[in-house]
Amino acid sequence: MGELFSQYNVLGAFGITIVLTVLSALGALVIGTLVAIMRVSPVGFLNKLGALYVNLVRNTPLTLIIVFCNIGFIVNLGMSVSDDFARNNLVWATIGLAFYHAAFVCEALRSGVNTVPAGQAEAARSIGLSFGQSLREVLLPQAFRGAITPLGNTLIALTKNTTVATAIGVAEVAGLMKTMQEDRPDLMVPIFLVVAIGFVILTLPIGLVTTHLSQKLAVKR
Amino acid sequence: MKFGRISVMAVAATAALGLAACGGGTSGGSGGGSGAVKIGIKFDQPGLGLKAGADYTGMDVDLAKYIAKELGYSSTEFVEAVSAQRETLISTDQVKYIVGTYSITDARKEKVSFAGPYFIAGQDLLVRADDTSITGVDSLAGKKLCSVKGSTSATNVQKKVPGVNLQEYNTYTLCVDALKAGNVDALTTDDTILAGYAAQDANKGKLKVVGKTFSTENYGVGLKKGDVEFCKKVTDAITKYISSGEWQKAVDKNLGPAGYKPGAGNPPTPAACA
Repeated sequence: MGELFSQYNVLGAFGITIVLTVLSALGALVIGTLVAIMRVSPVGFLNKLGALYVNLVRNTPLTLIIVFCNIGFIVNLGMSVSDDFARNNLVWATIGLAFYHAAFVCEALRSGVNTVPAGQAEAARSIGLSFGQSLREVLLPQAFRGAITPLGNTLIALTKNTTVATAIGVAEVAGLMKTMQEDRPDLMVPIFLVVAIGFVILTLPIGLVTTHLSQKLAVKR
Repeated sequence: MKFGRISVMAVAATAALGLAACGGGTSGGSGGGSGAVKIGIKFDQPGLGLKAGADYTGMDVDLAKYIAKELGYSSTEFVEAVSAQRETLISTDQVKYIVGTYSITDARKEKVSFAGPYFIAGQDLLVRADDTSITGVDSLAGKKLCSVKGSTSATNVQKKVPGVNLQEYNTYTLCVDALKAGNVDALTTDDTILAGYAAQDANKGKLKVVGKTFSTENYGVGLKKGDVEFCKKVTDAITKYISSGEWQKAVDKNLGPAGYKPGAGNPPTPAACA
């Protein structure tokens, strides 16, 4: 196993995986929150638009989205952010992952909003808070606390879904795994073990932390 | 816990079922003989191994069929041998042998044995037909290059041209699209694969192979490690394939349309089985 680490930059590849995960998780959280607000807002048009986004994006294969980010935006529309392919692809893969997982974040948050009794929303409006104020002061703080577990699940799924970015050549772990398999078929089992253990190291703490937080921050009603 | 024992049993039963399912499906039998033979080929390389509908075409496919005939099999069944799965397909008897641009390397010899080489290819460049600025690996500085993620060619070109701006996709088809769209300047991999793409109807006249190889890839027929008996039979078939002129015919038919000529050393003399 030491041979793999000395011959290949395994830690560097996991580094790219972590960068992809963190950046796209932040993006997905922002976009997902916006879409969730649209879906719970009292404006019918925004409701429908939010629902359309979620259903469209959630039901599209991620590989398709990621490859489209490259072939569609970079190759055909020339929307390059950098002349360096590695950087360009990292940025577009992050954008693709963020938009895809935003749909799941949105649904997680919406389930969190549903944990807040309807009476609270009505009470907030009846003491004169606007929709924005009631969202900010009453609904969303409780929604986030109630949605920690599904948000954690989405983050775990996102961590593993970063492997799809290899389709457009982002230098993350799945790509390195292919290279290692091609060069060193004699080390097939160690290669799988290194990658599998690496992902467990990344995702297991997420599960533990979210379980802990969801209990600690649960809204006692 | 009330359901403790039941759930443990359920888990054990499920696991046993899963393992049983894995056990089936492999075909045994060794040596030559009658009946159908399962052969691993590439499904996505025009000119070498390509699945088009129910038909299989290409230089590797022709050789695979010839070997099956020489060994006395009555019919052939082709299985897709993705690069990363080739060793596993052979060692678990899912295929009898593999003819799929399979370069003979020492690391691979740890897992499988090879008959051959039956062809000597080399890494080359595919560029747009009107591009005269790329004449070989030395003129790649500042150029945008494309290859397939995890391929030997990608690793190799990064060694030859340090810091090269390399786009990697999961298939060569995407590279060809990017090359035609002008997003990359060259596609690099074995010259045989490049010739296959250049000969495709959609690319004829638009793309050309530079024709200056910068590596040597000895294609062999992958088969079960240590099966010397079988290896000798396959080697004999390859030797006959080359001496009878079938080899030249297959090259002309499959790679000729792109104006491709096999490089030095072709046709090779298959090595003795160890």
